[in-house]
Amino acid sequence: MVVFEKSYDVIVVGAGHAGCEAALAAARMGRSTLLLTINLDAIALMSCNPAIGGLAKGHLVREIDALGGEMGKNIDATGIQFRILNTKKGPAVRASRAQADKQQYRLRMKRVLENQDNLELKQAEVTGLSVENGTVCGVDTKVGIRYPAKTIILTTGTFMRGLIHVGLTNYPGGRAGDPPSIGISDHLRELGFEVGRLKTGTPARLDGRTIDFDRLEVQHGDAEPTPFSFSTDRIDCAQMDCHIAYTNEKTHDIIRSALDRSPLYGGVIQGVGPRYCPSIEDKVVRFPEKSRHQTFLEPEGRDTVEIYPSGLSTSLPIDVQYAMYRSIHGLEQVEIMRPAYAIEYDYVDPIQLHASLETKLIRNLYHAGQINGTSGYEEAAAQGLMAGINAALRVQEKEPLVLGRNEAYIGVLIDDLVTLGAKEPYRMFTSRAEYRLLLREDNADLRLRDKGHVVGLLPDEDYQAFQYKRTMIGEEFERLRFGKISPAASDPLFLEQLGFSGLKNSLTFEQFLRRPDITYSHLCQIDPVSRDVPAIIREQVEIQIKYQGYIDRQQLEVERAAKFEGTKIPADFDYGGLSGLSAEVREKLVRFRPDTLGQASRIPGVTPAAITVLAIAIRALGAR
Amino acid sequence: MYVRDTIAAISTPAGEGGIGIIRVSGDRAEDIAEKIFIRNMSGGMKSHRFYYGAIADPDEAVSLDEAMVVLMRSPKSYTREDVVEIQCHGGYLVVRKILDLVLKQGARLAEPGEFTKRAFLNGRIDLVQAEAVIDVIRGKTDAAVMLAQHQREGHLSLRIHEARENIVYALAMIEAYLDFPEEDIEFAEDCEIVNSVKGALGKIDNLIDGFDEGRVLREGVSVLIAGKPNVGKSSLLNTLLQEKRAIVTSVPGTTRDIIEEVVNIAGLPVKMLDTAGIRQTDDVVEKEGVRLALEKIAIADLVLFVLDGSRVFDEADGLILDAVAGSNVIVVKNKSDLAPVMIIPDLLLEKPAVEISTVTGTGIDALKELIFSTFIHNRAVDSREYVVLSQARHRDVLQKAGGCLKTFLENFGAGMSLEIVALDLRDALHALGEVTGETTPDDILDLIFQRFCIGK
Ligand SMILES: Cc1cc2nc3c(=O)[nH]c(=O)nc-3n(C[C@H](O)[C@H](O)[C@H](O)COP(=O)(O)OP(=O)(O)OC[C@H]3O[C@@H](n4cnc5c(N)ncnc54)[C@H](O)[C@@H]3O)c2cc1C
Repeated sequence: MVVFEKSYDVIVVGAGHAGCEAALAAARMGRSTLLLTINLDAIALMSCNPAIGGLAKGHLVREIDALGGEMGKNIDATGIQFRILNTKKGPAVRASRAQADKQQYRLRMKRVLENQDNLELKQAEVTGLSVENGTVCGVDTKVGIRYPAKTIILTTGTFMRGLIHVGLTNYPGGRAGDPPSIGISDHLRELGFEVGRLKTGTPARLDGRTIDFDRLEVQHGDAEPTPFSFSTDRIDCAQMDCHIAYTNEKTHDIIRSALDRSPLYGGVIQGVGPRYCPSIEDKVVRFPEKSRHQTFLEPEGRDTVEIYPSGLSTSLPIDVQYAMYRSIHGLEQVEIMRPAYAIEYDYVDPIQLHASLETKLIRNLYHAGQINGTSGYEEAAAQGLMAGINAALRVQEKEPLVLGRNEAYIGVLIDDLVTLGAKEPYRMFTSRAEYRLLLREDNADLRLRDKGHVVGLLPDEDYQAFQYKRTMIGEEFERLRFGKISPAASDPLFLEQLGFSGLKNSLTFEQFLRRPDITYSHLCQIDPVSRDVPAIIREQVEIQIKYQGYIDRQQLEVERAAKFEGTKIPADFDYGGLSGLSAEVREKLVRFRPDTLGQASRIPGVTPAAITVLAIAIRALGAR
Repeated sequence: MYVRDTIAAISTPAGEGGIGIIRVSGDRAEDIAEKIFIRNMSGGMKSHRFYYGAIADPDEAVSLDEAMVVLMRSPKSYTREDVVEIQCHGGYLVVRKILDLVLKQGARLAEPGEFTKRAFLNGRIDLVQAEAVIDVIRGKTDAAVMLAQHQREGHLSLRIHEARENIVYALAMIEAYLDFPEEDIEFAEDCEIVNSVKGALGKIDNLIDGFDEGRVLREGVSVLIAGKPNVGKSSLLNTLLQEKRAIVTSVPGTTRDIIEEVVNIAGLPVKMLDTAGIRQTDDVVEKEGVRLALEKIAIADLVLFVLDGSRVFDEADGLILDAVAGSNVIVVKNKSDLAPVMIIPDLLLEKPAVEISTVTGTGIDALKELIFSTFIHNRAVDSREYVVLSQARHRDVLQKAGGCLKTFLENFGAGMSLEIVALDLRDALHALGEVTGETTPDDILDLIFQRFCIGK
């Protein structure tokens, strides 16, 4: 190995969605950073769906943005269709989603990386780590160069020992068109990590010129696109349409008759796949009573005819793929441009990580993204961002930034990963967040901007804009608390219409807005000043007022849980010497090595009694 | 480390005679004592002095019992907090009522070992002592697990699990609707969700009624002695009563009426019902007795199914087996002084059983113990600081969960946003979690993926 002339603060391995955020975060925090990736033309490539966001994922993007990450800005700049989902439901479960121009998305991200101070990009495949005394100090590459660094972040995605399946044919690959990453996962295993195998899949890419869109249902974007990023004022570009098609019994018959040539049903694939992203053959087998399955035909970009048929991923042989796609109404003549495939890859069970994403086994080594058993760009980016921040903080000899489950979906994501591990690909859902009402897209900035600024990631101008917004919100609350509607001075007819007939005492604006069905537009009719309040301020104030009771209730739960969350368990804590734990609980604690009592309490099978025992013992240690 | 609320528990073993002590610890201990303790002397209590008076509910102004009360001010107390001890005349019922009163005034039922835990946390005892307590806590959890396997308890947790399933289902339907707006799936109808929750609520309400320990203690429990003629039912009753009441003869069918007697088993009032021996008969009077007996089986809290161990299990025994199958049963194999002949049929093997002889008196204590522990579960556990917790807890848990479900039904009916009403269901599951184990988000997701074809 030739040792490279220069040593870096942070080296990020892999320029997928996790790697890009990690590298940008570290560089923006002033650390000299090197980003190594197998193919510089495949940076931030969307391996699957050309879309960002959706329920819980949109939340993650807003949080990444609030902390100073890039994903939100990148999709705002390269999106081709924007929609808010669940507009008829409460604010906590409203989420943003956008179709991306896949090529533009990757090119813009590459540009941002190239223009970033303190950041270098190099094409290289990492094959091993250099480790001394349990601390990582560099990476070895395939061409024989060792790059020294203080911290390393691994974000290898689906690439480690990647194996691509199309029918019973398979070949090594990290993603269609890219080589796999060989060597690194074996090395990790040698270092003592538990390495497992997962599986995922993607549909074929279809030639849009051979689809009869006129016979399909259209799905438009929102008339007024809402940006993901708190720093984006507005989105002006023209929006593209998606289309909806359905499989039918014929499709299902084709699939059923070909199951003997499926690597999944033939037992060739060993890795565990995601239940929420089943292949079409899975759906047909598991839900035989369903006569059709829906697919959204999503454009892959403005300058391409490639179409992504969501929900139709498969690992069936190519001839079956043709027959199957062509059995769909509107797709009778369809041509396949890239075949559908499944991929198996190595991952490292995340219970081997601290909540900072540093590995428990090797100091200064961080794992982020799909290597941790997650799936999805947003999940990957969120972890990448946190790993980048925490590696930079480590170099600066500062405490890591760990977000609580009550502070961010990112906190829920990482806490789930490090306390429960991942036995199947992990995806975020809003139902995973017990404090869902607190973790909304609309207040991600209020929750996280301060933290992004404190660690030195969020630029001053973004922070100032935020502070201004926060002040305005505070002032508006103040105004609403003192402004009054008096029955004498108001139009009785108007009040009656709103259900306030017989109002005796005057009402503050806040009390008025608290009523269900009452909005700012009603207030504006009574109080002219309200008309001048900007929409984003109105939105925030109204949500907080309407949700107040529930927000308070969740806040109370947060406080109740706080005592456990804050109690650290020493890394070398001797569970063996602790009487009063059952063998089973002891074994779990030894295996998981939780960092805090809060983490310990969420490990399945660890009883409340065991937590009491632990709490007492830790307290005793502190007293000594 | 812990919330400084005020805790209370009975600190003498359940059901034993003599005096009963209720211990209260925390900032509000003195306050609570002042509210419920009536005495002749004016002025506040001094620390470490015994006061004589009566305990009364300030809301009802009826005194419950005479009592001696001592206040031990912080830090000179077991927990180093303010501690009040109320001593009264044993008797499980009275002690429990006083505890209820203390809880009503704002104290919380102490967790197993919590007084000791506080003593430790406040530096009153050292780690070695504390670890001994930890072992006790551990022992108690294990005992609780054993209890859970106990027939009646098993039944209880089974029902609670059923209620949980209903709630999980309703929540999964709601979560699917919230998390997968883009999927082509048929969401549950409102009535499906409501019915599921109502189903859970019904089960919970039933359980609360059935397991109301207050009822058990206020009214006592009814125990029916069932068995075919001449297996020794009346002798058993007499032995338990320790005096002759029912007429004992060897002519089958002598006892034709239901005889009711109350015995006190370790402080638990037990109403014993003896029945006419059940057998198919043409005698009109006796028929009436048999009918009554069968009726009573349905309403008795516990059935002692008496068998004659010196004979084979015959058709008449089988008849009774059918009748008691759905009840809470203890199998009593009488006549252990004679050569054992009977082989207990498989159906009865899982029921608690005891061999006795009403002639020699063997096994009677064991039977009493078994009757007691059927209703008061933690008797087997060292009961310092540990009241009928498992039962009180269950009731607590059920009431909490039931409350959440009622709120859910109101809010859901009023058309409140689903992410908000989902909170009520989560709270209900969380409450039941003490019995069923926590319901994790993955449990909900499992059901969603099982039921709906999700996946874009
Ligand atoms: C076929 C397929 C189907 C998928 N389906 C879905 C889906 O249905 N739903 C969903 O949410 N997500 C899906 N994904 C996952 C989604 O693409 C990933 O979750 C996301 O891209 C992970 O981001 P990442 O940054 O962790 O890894 P990736 O985006 O995979 O990026 C990894 C990067 O690391 C580089 N790299 C790997 N090893 C080395 C090395 N040794 N040295 C240097 N560089 C290296 C690679 O070149 C690549 O740039 C799918 C992915 C694939 C491939």
